[in-house]
Amino acid sequence: MSAVIESHGHDDHHHGPAKGLTRWLYTTNHKDIGSLYLWFSFAMFLIGGAMAMVIRAELFQPGMQIVEPEFYNQMLTLHGLIMVFGAVMPAFVGLANWLVPMMVGAPDMALPRMNNLSFWILPFAFFILLSSLFMEGGAPNFGWTFYAPLSTTYAPPSVTFFIFAVHIMGASSIMGSINVIVTIMNMRAPGMTLMKMPLFVWSWLITAYLLIAVMPVLAGAVTMMLMDIHFGTSFFNAAGGGDPVLFQHIFWFFGHPEVYIMILPAFGIASHIIETFSRKQLFGYASMVWAMASIAILSFVVWAHHMFTVGLPLAAELFFMWATMLIAVPTGVKVFNWVTTMFKGSISYETPMLFAIAFVVLFTIGGFSGLMLAITPADFQYHDTYFVVAHFHYVLVPGSVFSIMAAVYYWIPKWTGNMYDERLGKLHFWLSFIGVNVTFFPQHWIGLAGMPRRIPDYALQFADWNMISSVGAFLFGASQILFMFIVLKTVMGGKKATPQVWEGSRGLEWTVESPAPYHTFTTPPKVN
Amino acid sequence: MSYQKYYVPEESKYPIYIATALFLLVMGAAGTINDLGKPNSNSVYILYSGFAVFAITLYLWFRAVIREHIAGLDSAQLQKSFVFGMGWFIFSEVMFFAAFFGALFYVRNFSVPWLAGDGEKGLANMLWEGFEASWPVMSTPDAGSAFVLADKSMSWPGWGNALKWLPLWNTIVLLSSSVTVHFAHLALKNDNKKSFNTWLGVTVTLALIFVGLQAAEYYEAYAHYGLTLNSGIYGSTFFMLTGFHGFHVMMGGFMLAVMLSRSVFYNHFDPHNHFGFEAASWYWHFVDVVWVMLFLFVYIL
Repeated sequence: MSAVIESHGHDDHHHGPAKGLTRWLYTTNHKDIGSLYLWFSFAMFLIGGAMAMVIRAELFQPGMQIVEPEFYNQMLTLHGLIMVFGAVMPAFVGLANWLVPMMVGAPDMALPRMNNLSFWILPFAFFILLSSLFMEGGAPNFGWTFYAPLSTTYAPPSVTFFIFAVHIMGASSIMGSINVIVTIMNMRAPGMTLMKMPLFVWSWLITAYLLIAVMPVLAGAVTMMLMDIHFGTSFFNAAGGGDPVLFQHIFWFFGHPEVYIMILPAFGIASHIIETFSRKQLFGYASMVWAMASIAILSFVVWAHHMFTVGLPLAAELFFMWATMLIAVPTGVKVFNWVTTMFKGSISYETPMLFAIAFVVLFTIGGFSGLMLAITPADFQYHDTYFVVAHFHYVLVPGSVFSIMAAVYYWIPKWTGNMYDERLGKLHFWLSFIGVNVTFFPQHWIGLAGMPRRIPDYALQFADWNMISSVGAFLFGASQILFMFIVLKTVMGGKKATPQVWEGSRGLEWTVESPAPYHTFTTPPKVN
Repeated sequence: MSYQKYYVPEESKYPIYIATALFLLVMGAAGTINDLGKPNSNSVYILYSGFAVFAITLYLWFRAVIREHIAGLDSAQLQKSFVFGMGWFIFSEVMFFAAFFGALFYVRNFSVPWLAGDGEKGLANMLWEGFEASWPVMSTPDAGSAFVLADKSMSWPGWGNALKWLPLWNTIVLLSSSVTVHFAHLALKNDNKKSFNTWLGVTVTLALIFVGLQAAEYYEAYAHYGLTLNSGIYGSTFFMLTGFHGFHVMMGGFMLAVMLSRSVFYNHFDPHNHFGFEAASWYWHFVDVVWVMLFLFVYIL
């Protein structure tokens, strides 16, 4: 036994990355796969973003301007699906791939070949989804929530391809999550107890659990759709004894945990960055962990707050209202902990810190509007208006997306060995910050004034704010080209980074040199 | 204690082949389903090719893992990763079935009573006045030509007819197979390979009997009861729940058959090294538990 171990231990040590294109096709290395996920996610971010630009261009002025209403619906649907499943989720998985093994002192992900498979399913799945634009009847046009019967009885034929694309995306997510959980449970360096784990690792442990719990439910939902459309079943058809509202229940049982899947890793990232640039230990580590766990558990019992106006029994309306409001408690704990961490810290404002502070402030705004939406009677006015659009874009864009950008600026010196251009980074931050707020803040007002979401045309009184919102969107969209430029410039070269990179950074990933060697921690470090 | 290196293969071609196979499978499946009833559709060949690539690659991939194990490349830690991985995979399967059981719960307790005018949302009865709730739902709210109404359901037929009722026999067969696979496990732990092979063989046979009985039941439903996917919500939930369960029985039975042939032809497994078998047996117990839930909520209650 030991002879085998010795010789292999020796072999592996000197291997660097393989040469050529097949390196990326066959790789089992968590850093390679992390990079693949991140680049894929960025490509999807640009494609989904281009669709958002089409939407905002159409809404620039009232009246039909640029696209047909049918095409507008397809843009709207694909924008949502691509941003959720193609941009935000893969970006977090990419970060998990890069960081979790280094943070827990593991040589790689626990199941490296399956890790490669999880990634390579995604380009195929999104190829199918995007190719539906060119199919007869066009791409899916029923919104990213694909409510029946819009997605069943009245759907274009491409819905079948959409269903199967969702199936394989789900398989990818489940395998990726199993990998993350097993890595965290089984591969931690000796001495790293659960309550010593970095918060990003904790956030991903909880996120992966949520993913494994709800992605199969989504698979069940799309399977029922497939059967209803093609094989005569009646799950979502009241004429046969089913109920279209059943679709919404199943979808949101998946969908609400899903929205936390897109924010919990952001909590982990913000905790690390705020701690580093405040040059203080994070305030309330244990309460951060418990808060994330509580949010995750509560996420399973709040789903019907998306459905207050579909005709739920009164008891359900009340239960889901109160359960939803409970989530404000652990979320509040987190926000206060971040603020307290900064309190009396010696703060410096590098780009990651700017994004992280903006994350805390703007995510909280999105949280407050969520609280407003949680109030059942009030929701009867807000439901399906631009207020909802403003709410979830506040938690997703300056929430999740800002945290991803913060993470890229924070860890890119570790990935590439080079510092990014601080002046350009700050410019990117301010352009994005202004762009995001100009885009989405006015949408609160036009929503409260009664503008419905998901329409290509609107009443004249909404014209001014829509134009301003579109201008903000174009600014935000254009500034992401700058982001791409900054990242590419950093990959090509720049000031060399030290192993620790930041003055206040702590954690295992900062103990290895920058760029991190292709194989880190082939023997586990000791953690005290 | 010295640290045995965690085995990370340098690179692997299997994943990209599986991803390609999945792409072909879903393109082929979606194309075939969309073209149902149309002559001259070639999508089914894409489906077949995807299936072929999938099966071959899976075979090669598992063979590679088994060879790595035999070569001693996998540490105790890596084996633990497989244990955790299988456990979480089964949890994901539990949640998949939960979606369908949840749908069953919802239609039985909410949508069907509401459509019949009972409960807080009984207003729905105005859609099809005169519809009365019952479970199994034998006549759909809209009894129009869109539905093929069934004459008879698969529910508990009363004590008098219990012995002629296939689901009871299916329950007996599947529950026994869970016991026999456990006997196989015990035999393996006692290093009695002959007894292991016998009990595992019995289990696989029971799996085949179950699938045969299930097929007979479906034939009965379609040919004699008029109960189909098209019979409204009862047929929908009945066939989807039992159908997915039956599919899982086939997968689990196939896994056990693979383990049996590994043991018989290659003399794999010893009292301490048999995770492949153990994983398949966990899967089998899981399939069994799902059946117990089905028996309770789909057939009896």
